[in-house]
Amino acid sequence: MSEPLHETRLVVNGVPRTVAVPARRLLSDCLRHDLGLTGTHVGCEHGVCGACTVLVDGRPMRSCLLFAVGVDGAEITTVEGCRSPGGGLGPVQQAFQDCHGLQCGFCTPGFVTTITAWLRDHPDPSEEQARQAIGGNLCRCTGYQNIVASVLRAAELLRNQEEAAR
Amino acid sequence: MKPPVFTYHRPGSVAEALDLLAQVGSEGKVLAGGQSLVPLLNMRLAAPRHLVDVNWLAELDEVSSGEDGVRVGALARHARVEHDRPANQAVPLLGQAIGDIAHTTVRNRGTVVGSLVHADPAAELPAALVLLGGSMELASAGDGTRRVAAADFFLGPLESAVRPGELATAALFPRPPAGGGTAWVEVARRHGDYAVCGAGALVVLDQDLQIASARAALISVGPVPTPADLTDALAGQPHDAADWAAAGRLAAAATDPDDDIHATAAYRRHLAGVLTARAARAAAANAADRFAQGAA
Repeated sequence: MSEPLHETRLVVNGVPRTVAVPARRLLSDCLRHDLGLTGTHVGCEHGVCGACTVLVDGRPMRSCLLFAVGVDGAEITTVEGCRSPGGGLGPVQQAFQDCHGLQCGFCTPGFVTTITAWLRDHPDPSEEQARQAIGGNLCRCTGYQNIVASVLRAAELLRNQEEAAR
Repeated sequence: MKPPVFTYHRPGSVAEALDLLAQVGSEGKVLAGGQSLVPLLNMRLAAPRHLVDVNWLAELDEVSSGEDGVRVGALARHARVEHDRPANQAVPLLGQAIGDIAHTTVRNRGTVVGSLVHADPAAELPAALVLLGGSMELASAGDGTRRVAAADFFLGPLESAVRPGELATAALFPRPPAGGGTAWVEVARRHGDYAVCGAGALVVLDQDLQIASARAALISVGPVPTPADLTDALAGQPHDAADWAAAGRLAAAATDPDDDIHATAAYRRHLAGVLTARAARAAAANAADRFAQGAA
């Protein structure tokens, strides 16, 4: 049985894309299979682990709990969109490298997107706030200490960046 | 872990959505935030033939606060209601309870009305609606709109009074009575998990800051939110030194929890008592604060 396809427009990391997808295509699978953006990782597929977190119109959401057709017209930012404008590591990615915030790296894309959005509203977080900010993302190997340190380091890098731009 | 095949509908108006829901009847489901529905689909625990996506109905995206309380439209996301100042000034329990729902990423998409219709016995908002004596607004094609009181809305685990063909268009959270304050507390194994037990409390003070009446609503201790009247344990006592433990005992006696993999029934009943005592004490403090601010 062939399923009807729905033409869906998304702006992914600033690039307009049009895909024809079955209604049941999850946004996570649309990004990975239809658009080839395999940076978004699929962990639990029921909204618990946070690995598939992407930004939808700037807000972090679980891409495994969204249908691609249901976010027709939205701006999506994946981990691929979190690098620096020059193409190198973005501040959150740099912080993860600096602080050994990843080991196997499977959960990292969800952390990077979540933290990127969160730091916009919390430029100078405490350690306690940083820990709460990542409460919806599971890591099973690195441990959270270095990830919390990465949040704080990313905030520092962003503040430095802003100061340099002044 | 992929959803089953369904036919997708994207109505452009509430009237069109109601016509669609009438056509598909019990084979249809409403898709709003999808933060509970999509996991059920992914795990193939639900397989509706039709999904009616209401995310495009801007007319349902409303949060309005008035003398009576707060009206939350079917498309208002948790995060929006959680941070809406007028809504939380009128009904502080909204922000108090919503903060314990899952995580920010889920609250950015999930809706308040969706949580109510989903009627999970471990969810916060059904108990909040019961505690405040709120109601739901249900619309259907041809039959207009009916209102269902919270006490009649939750029928069983994951079962609400919404009939096939109906759309829950809004939830109405009444303002606490004059002199009233609220609080929400819960215990979960990890922050953001479903609560092993949770309690909301509403305490009403008289002019002398003594407790006039008090009640609680508990979650995860029965098939639907469990209300408990605490007035007999607390009435006439000072707002900052009442017999909170006695209130907890009253609430614990009102519960009938089951054993499951997360907790024993005895532990849940213990939590019901402890959390009700904490919630009642915090609600009384909240009422006294509101008195001081002149908001009550």
